[in-house]
Amino acid sequence: MTLEYYSNNQSNIEFDPASLKKNLSSFRTLFGLFMSGVAGLFTFMAIVPLFIILSYLLSKGISSLRLQVFSELPPPPLVEGGGFGNAIIGTVLMVGIGALISVPIGVMAAIYLSEFSEGKLADWIRFATNVLSGVPSIIIGVFAYIAVVLTTRTYSAWAGGFALAILMLPIIVRTTDEALKLVPQEVRQASIGVGANNYQTVLQVVLPAAIPAIITGVTLAVARAAGETAPLLFTALFTQFWPNWGNKLVEPTASLAVLVYNFAIVPFQNQQELAWAAAFILVVLVLLTSIISRIATQARTY
Amino acid sequence: MNIDYQKKIQPRSAKERSLDIIFYWAAKVFAIAIAVVLVMITILVALRAFPAIREFGLGFLTTSSWNPVRSQYGILPAIYGTIASSFIALLISVPIGLGTAIFLSEDYFPPAIQRTIVFLVELLAAVPSVVYGLWGIFVLIPFLKEITPLRGPGMLPAALILSVMILPTIAAISRDAIINVPSGLRQAAVGLGATRWEAILKIVLPAASSGIIGGIMLALGRALGETMAVTMLIGNANKVDFSVFAPSNTVSSLLANQFAEASGLQVAALMYAALILFAITLAVNVLAQLLVTRLQKI
Repeated sequence: MTLEYYSNNQSNIEFDPASLKKNLSSFRTLFGLFMSGVAGLFTFMAIVPLFIILSYLLSKGISSLRLQVFSELPPPPLVEGGGFGNAIIGTVLMVGIGALISVPIGVMAAIYLSEFSEGKLADWIRFATNVLSGVPSIIIGVFAYIAVVLTTRTYSAWAGGFALAILMLPIIVRTTDEALKLVPQEVRQASIGVGANNYQTVLQVVLPAAIPAIITGVTLAVARAAGETAPLLFTALFTQFWPNWGNKLVEPTASLAVLVYNFAIVPFQNQQELAWAAAFILVVLVLLTSIISRIATQARTY
Repeated sequence: MNIDYQKKIQPRSAKERSLDIIFYWAAKVFAIAIAVVLVMITILVALRAFPAIREFGLGFLTTSSWNPVRSQYGILPAIYGTIASSFIALLISVPIGLGTAIFLSEDYFPPAIQRTIVFLVELLAAVPSVVYGLWGIFVLIPFLKEITPLRGPGMLPAALILSVMILPTIAAISRDAIINVPSGLRQAAVGLGATRWEAILKIVLPAASSGIIGGIMLALGRALGETMAVTMLIGNANKVDFSVFAPSNTVSSLLANQFAEASGLQVAALMYAALILFAITLAVNVLAQLLVTRLQKI
């Protein structure tokens, strides 16, 4: 009976199995092909600028890169040679200060968010962290100017480092928070089970398990901070001279990023070449850390 | 035997308990400090801007003179330049970013190649802003001079570079939103006979829309506040000119150019400008965060 019903039904509808085949000339198929092409083209357009910029940096940067750029001072206009040794030191110093301030605060804040958070407070702090990462870097510079430069009455590496610390803070909090969340809950329960305190559990069990991912986050934050220019413009300013260690960093301090800016907008060829060389170093630093951290986090499973 | 163990199991010492409490509160205080930084930025900048707010009021937003000699300040050109450059950048990068997000969330390429392309797009966001500016000055502007009426720095190169800089934000967040759409929705659409693009356009994109709009808002926030590349390319001319080939100005480039040498009421005026930029980006960011977090809860 079912068989009869089936065959009857089929003949009633006059169903043609061939109509299930993809009709290559129908509007729907062509439209899909067209849209796939457009999306592919857009993807191509999205990554082309990266290669164009990298190829220019490679050709102009390497040709301007001589050994003496690491050891000499920025030249005055129309003087040949020179380098940016003081800017490298300045960048390392200020990023170091930034990391020293932001890493302990950021990691502790992330520990609170992922280990101790209860109720609405953690949601609010996560929200504040995201909003802080969206604050324009120039505004962070203005804030550091008011908080440090106006208070101490001088431009300094400390002010620049303070500004960079605020920029690094959201990145460190977010990556640490995510890293801690990836540590399985059983690890914490086991630790509590053998009698550990909260701080023992966090410091001796959870944190060590998450440390590779945290280091990745800190490295990324450091690389980003090294390329930041706007917050240093009126906190660390710039100088043509080596740091005077007797001043304990309380003096205008050079940095690679500000050097690129200053030398890009002057009409002297030697300066412009130094700007390309400095930009090349900054980009190599950022790209290398991005790629290494990418590989490090990919291999990571718990 | 049991008695031996019981002797060893003792309540925690006072020192251990207090260490525990100190650790908890230290973590909590540092976490709250992040929110405090946001509040501090608002308060400190507002306090410094107060003389200018009292002097110029809301007229600051609608006048276009910036004259330190006569102490007259208005940021209409900068506001116009900020909004126009961000808007043009969005016009370019929204379609391209969205197209990239769709392409990279479908199965056109094997996963390994797809991951590599996603990573390359992310790398665009890692290039420092000042490097984009340098490239713009020496490569993009000379190139545009050849093929357009552009005569030097101006709105067009600034907006083009901005569009490259915000593209990774749009592409990455939109892709996350698209991937997070429950696969059952797409399967149902395909089961009813939809083609790939019918499913994308009628089912997946509408379902992912709040995340996509959130990503676009985040990109807008970044474009509004972007400083170095724009300062180097826009020409810093303090007048409203509706041509994209004319030099213009933005609030952030005004700050970058004048802050270090300003004094007196000019500092207050710059602080006022900073406060306005902060308020605008804050509003955009908060809205974007709300949209993106709503997406994560779906």
